[in-house]
Amino acid sequence: MTLIEAHGVGRTVELPDGRPLTILSSVDLTVSESDRVSIVGRSGSGKSTLLNLLGLLDAPTEGELAFLGHDVRRIGSGARDRLRGREVGFVFQQFNLLPGRTALENVQTPLLYSGGREFWRRERIAREMLERVGLGERLTTKPERLSGGEQQRVAIARALVRRPRLILADEPTGALDLETGAEVMALIESVAAETGAALVTITHDPAIAARSNRHLRLVSGRLQATDAAADASAPVGSLHPPATPDADADAEAIAIAEADADVEAVA
Amino acid sequence: MSGWPARTATGMVSTVVEALEELRIHRGRVLLSLIGVAIAVCALATVVGAGAIAEQAGREMQERFGGRPATVSFNASTGSGAVDTEAAATAWQTALDRHGIEYASRSGWGSLTVQFADGAVPVSMQVVDPDYGVMHRVRLMDGAWFSERDADRLAPAVIVNEAFWTRLGSPPLASHPTVELVGRGTTTGVITGVTPAQSEWDTEPTAMILTDAFVPLQSATTDPMMGAYSPSYEMWIPDGSAVELTESVKQAFKAELGEGATVDGWRSDYAAQEGDPFLPIKLLVVGVAVVILLLGALGLLTIALVTVRGRIREIGVRRSFGATAGRVFFSVLMETVVGTFVAGVVGVGVAIALVRSPLMGMLLGGAEIQDMPGFPVEAALIGIGSAVAVGALAGLLPALGAVRVKVIDAIRF
Repeated sequence: MTLIEAHGVGRTVELPDGRPLTILSSVDLTVSESDRVSIVGRSGSGKSTLLNLLGLLDAPTEGELAFLGHDVRRIGSGARDRLRGREVGFVFQQFNLLPGRTALENVQTPLLYSGGREFWRRERIAREMLERVGLGERLTTKPERLSGGEQQRVAIARALVRRPRLILADEPTGALDLETGAEVMALIESVAAETGAALVTITHDPAIAARSNRHLRLVSGRLQATDAAADASAPVGSLHPPATPDADADAEAIAIAEADADVEAVA
Repeated sequence: MSGWPARTATGMVSTVVEALEELRIHRGRVLLSLIGVAIAVCALATVVGAGAIAEQAGREMQERFGGRPATVSFNASTGSGAVDTEAAATAWQTALDRHGIEYASRSGWGSLTVQFADGAVPVSMQVVDPDYGVMHRVRLMDGAWFSERDADRLAPAVIVNEAFWTRLGSPPLASHPTVELVGRGTTTGVITGVTPAQSEWDTEPTAMILTDAFVPLQSATTDPMMGAYSPSYEMWIPDGSAVELTESVKQAFKAELGEGATVDGWRSDYAAQEGDPFLPIKLLVVGVAVVILLLGALGLLTIALVTVRGRIREIGVRRSFGATAGRVFFSVLMETVVGTFVAGVVGVGVAIALVRSPLMGMLLGGAEIQDMPGFPVEAALIGIGSAVAVGALAGLLPALGAVRVKVIDAIRF
């Protein structure tokens, strides 16, 4: 089943001085169930913007983006929020666990927004999910007292507790050491495999990117297919975009990337 | 239950659950912010509750003088002066019987000489019928009010004031103390009750006696100007039918008295006054309460605003997991509303304890009150309602702020 279909998707924002700034342009992407997609790219290349679009946190300014066959620009704000809650699970680089709540309470959070049986059985569902990620003994521990790897496990349990069909992981291992990062990725993949969810991972780490079966690179707001082996062997700082048709286009891409960084800083 | 009603119910429950969870997590802050509201509500409910007691005290005081609503007084006279007391009594009773009036009393003043140990003293006697006690909320510090059987006593029952009783040496009523009553003749009265002093100036001995016992003793003069007993006639009737009954009884009384008689009738209780005599007190109470509550709301608003600013990331995370803008709005709003509701309940509880405490009773003249009002329901409702309203108002701005949080920015905050 196709989850996401993007055709010619672009995202332009207006700078404070009124000039338009294109962050993404002409993105074509299809994500289906059980897909493993990695997206790499330099800082400011539009990775987070693309993730926001795929996660229904933002809407494109051009092109067509469909989620489960629905044109996202035609879905009302509330319906989009509910669709996101039901079908998309986010794993953040900084975990974004709610402070002061136990692991169990954190994992229950998404279930507060699901109607019906899931809400009433939220504690049992959350407990089972935490047990699944190996934290059955840390249910009542607060995030402040968990290690980085454990915190990310809680975040994974929270992202998957509603059994979403799409998992969006934004630098999921960025705050972890190599070994823990690999363990966390293995866990995400294994839980996603159980539910048949698609996994889209944004990463700087070629080794993490190499775990996917589809490899994409964002260069100056444009999405390009790439070779996993090349990604895995290339150091993070030298993820070179493929040869551009001419020097002007390359210069434009760098300008957009810099402007993108400006916008993010403003935001 | 299924479909949208179930979803709506679940949505409401989950919003409250979320709000309660937030209150629990932020209990330190919540306690700090709600202490102000709880104190304000406590003050509000205490003021309203105490106001009700003070109002009841004032009402009862007025009822002791003018009678309970609706008390109607009649004066009867003829062209030649006062009417014959016995003929008037018969006419009055007939008029009452014809209208089925249950509570009525003659009321007037006379004088009898009482023999105290230190000499004979003329004493003002309030001359009444047994129903007067109920109609005027007569309070006794000892003994019992007149009963119908007291009218048949050979030794008339007398209820004396505290000064009278003290002058007799405060004898125990169980010993049936007696006094010599000197009027047209001399008789022995039995003291059956003692009324407390009305004020520190209430030092002259006075007494109350039943009309039927007094009439044989009254002085020979029939001129009221010379101190002759000249009663007014009172009846206690339902407030709603006071106007019609007054006119009808007046006509019947007049007809029974015969040709040439004149009867005046008027409401003597406080409720007949124009407007609400307790309005100034009520306005003062409401004014104080509103100021107190506004101060509480201001503190709550400040803390709620600061709190939302510190929770931008959390709101963004919740939005990313499916919380709609409406849900975030109501969650933040519910946090303050649920919190202030709890604070309101606590405040009202403390207010009830305060208002019911003996100290407050003494301060408000509770000892004077016959029908001590319970803690007024409206005070409790006003207290809790105001707390919830303050919570909704103080939560509105933070809730609007929470809705305006940009999810994308918030989760990267």
